[in-house]
Amino acid sequence: MKNKKNIERKTDFIQGNIACAEGAIAAGCNFFAGYPITPASEIAHYMSRKMFEVEGTFIQTEDELAAIANIVGASWGGNKSMTATSGPGISLMLENIGLAVVTETPCVIVNVQRGGPSTGSPSVAFQGDMLQPKFGSHGEYQIIALAPSSPQEMFDFTVEAFNKAEKYRIPVFILADSLIGHMRERVDFPLDDEIILEERKKLKNYQGIHQKIFLDENVAPMPIFGEGLKANITGSTHKEDGFRNVSDPKIMDTAIKRLSNKILKHKEDIIAVEEKYLEDAEVAIFSYGLVYRAVLETVNIARNQGLKVGSFRPITIWPFPQEQVEELSKKVKTIIVCENNLGQIYPFVKAAANGNAKIIFLPPKILGALYKQEEILNKIKEVIS
Amino acid sequence: MKNTVGHPLKKYFRGEINYTTCSGCGNGIISQSILRAIDEIAIIFDQIAFVSGIGCSGWIPSPSFNTDVLHVTHGRSIAFATGLKLAAPQMKVIVCAGDGDTGAIGGNHFIHAARRNIDLTVVCVNNGIFGMTGGQVAPTTPYNSVTTTTPYGSIERPFDLSNLAIAAGATFVARWTTYHARSLKNSIKKAIEHKGFSFIEVISQCPVQYGKVIGMRNDPVSMLMHYKECAVNINKAKNMSADELKDKIIVGELVEKKNIPELTDEIKRLRREASRK
Repeated sequence: MKNKKNIERKTDFIQGNIACAEGAIAAGCNFFAGYPITPASEIAHYMSRKMFEVEGTFIQTEDELAAIANIVGASWGGNKSMTATSGPGISLMLENIGLAVVTETPCVIVNVQRGGPSTGSPSVAFQGDMLQPKFGSHGEYQIIALAPSSPQEMFDFTVEAFNKAEKYRIPVFILADSLIGHMRERVDFPLDDEIILEERKKLKNYQGIHQKIFLDENVAPMPIFGEGLKANITGSTHKEDGFRNVSDPKIMDTAIKRLSNKILKHKEDIIAVEEKYLEDAEVAIFSYGLVYRAVLETVNIARNQGLKVGSFRPITIWPFPQEQVEELSKKVKTIIVCENNLGQIYPFVKAAANGNAKIIFLPPKILGALYKQEEILNKIKEVIS
Repeated sequence: MKNTVGHPLKKYFRGEINYTTCSGCGNGIISQSILRAIDEIAIIFDQIAFVSGIGCSGWIPSPSFNTDVLHVTHGRSIAFATGLKLAAPQMKVIVCAGDGDTGAIGGNHFIHAARRNIDLTVVCVNNGIFGMTGGQVAPTTPYNSVTTTTPYGSIERPFDLSNLAIAAGATFVARWTTYHARSLKNSIKKAIEHKGFSFIEVISQCPVQYGKVIGMRNDPVSMLMHYKECAVNINKAKNMSADELKDKIIVGELVEKKNIPELTDEIKRLRREASRK
């Protein structure tokens, strides 16, 4: 779709995974590496055809460790790269995700979550890997992760993921789940000139061995390989010029803080949340991804019954929208946290609320089977009465 | 008057950094062999990228070589190099790996790169031990060796990395020792110019860690002389029995296959086919 100019508005009825692949292509993705895994394989199927049509590359790697390594290598070769997998694949990728973070490599990682731990339940929807992008790789780092709740958002958020990856030189996660990935729904494709693309800041000329290519809180320019820029890239602790220093704690301190601040100082630009009916709400329901669909419908019904309830939905899971949740906690009396897990994001909501509002965790009765409407509605009524 | 003579390879170094390897390490000979090969091919250094992993071998190019250098996680250098080569096929990509990188933690990437015949050159520094971490047994350590993790002697048989490369489909394979610096340089030259996956195994001395195992601690000269005595050229080895070859190191260019489809060429072909549809 990138090759031919989109001058006519196009709508399709497609799977979330396909919408994700289309979003990547619309964002200019020209390198895909992946290893087969349920429930993410459809993305690879689609890319194995489409990548070559856009003069790009598709490779089915020997394992997920190689998939992430391939996309990082390709990114340094100047490509916009992506991989798609599920929880077990992310578990294998984690060490190299840390390398992508510390070498400030733009790339997109899609996790179509399934039941876990271990092999788990491959096609059951689960929000079990919410902490994994932020805390899975060792050390101290920031990451960006987005949680779509529909095939349309699989398209839109994948474009956004590439934009944020390019802008901040960082791996960006799409945290979907098996139901979002396999759900078929209407997707409206934007016209080409409606898609705004961010491109990475590149180093233009070689500026000597101490050229500043890392650790700028406003993002250093990236020396693409093969252009005579003599890039000096390492996963060891390094300075702005890439030279390693692994013994001086002050250098490590500077590296970790700048790497984190590169994201934290731009939270306003990075974080997106969606608020509904919060103006006069006594109760807010905090949810994201697939669960948000059930919550939003329940909130609509509750409003029709005159209940003062609203919805707060983080689109950006990482960095966590701490300030936005704090603000919310000052407006409402109670926040009900709905997640399809045993409370992964709940402690972060509680910490951000800092005692301002009562925080209640409401998991679905059966994990993976999702909520029955009464489960949420009864809780709202119980809290309000 | 003082005469100053510049080292002919100095132009390839980033400068302002000292090599961190122990005295007597084989890394210096291997670095020189790689750079002399490049110098003789007269290829523009900026058109070569180096990828290396963790272990002493990773420090051959990183950060010393003054071109694009990507220093990655342990064992994954070939996988990162694969992505880089696919994205920038105009570049020559050389991987400097160790026997731990290649034969232990990254074995899967190694055999699959060979199978794909992707145009990478892997220079594998095989010192038969985990040097940097304190002399632990490696998948290349000879049977019954006493190391820091095999106090009763090692009970596993070692990998022959070159044979592994050949079995997996590598289209250029050579093995030398650091004693054979000039032959090594010539084979690296051929490997860089070879279109496809090339694998150079260099048996290299680690006098600090492996020296202990064979009673040559901190004695690199004896280790090099030992290589000289043990080495048998492949042409001679062909006519020798297994018994005669026991404890010998077979050196030389072991495999050279031409006209096997190379991965980046195959991808270009797929793009052409996709555009016709």
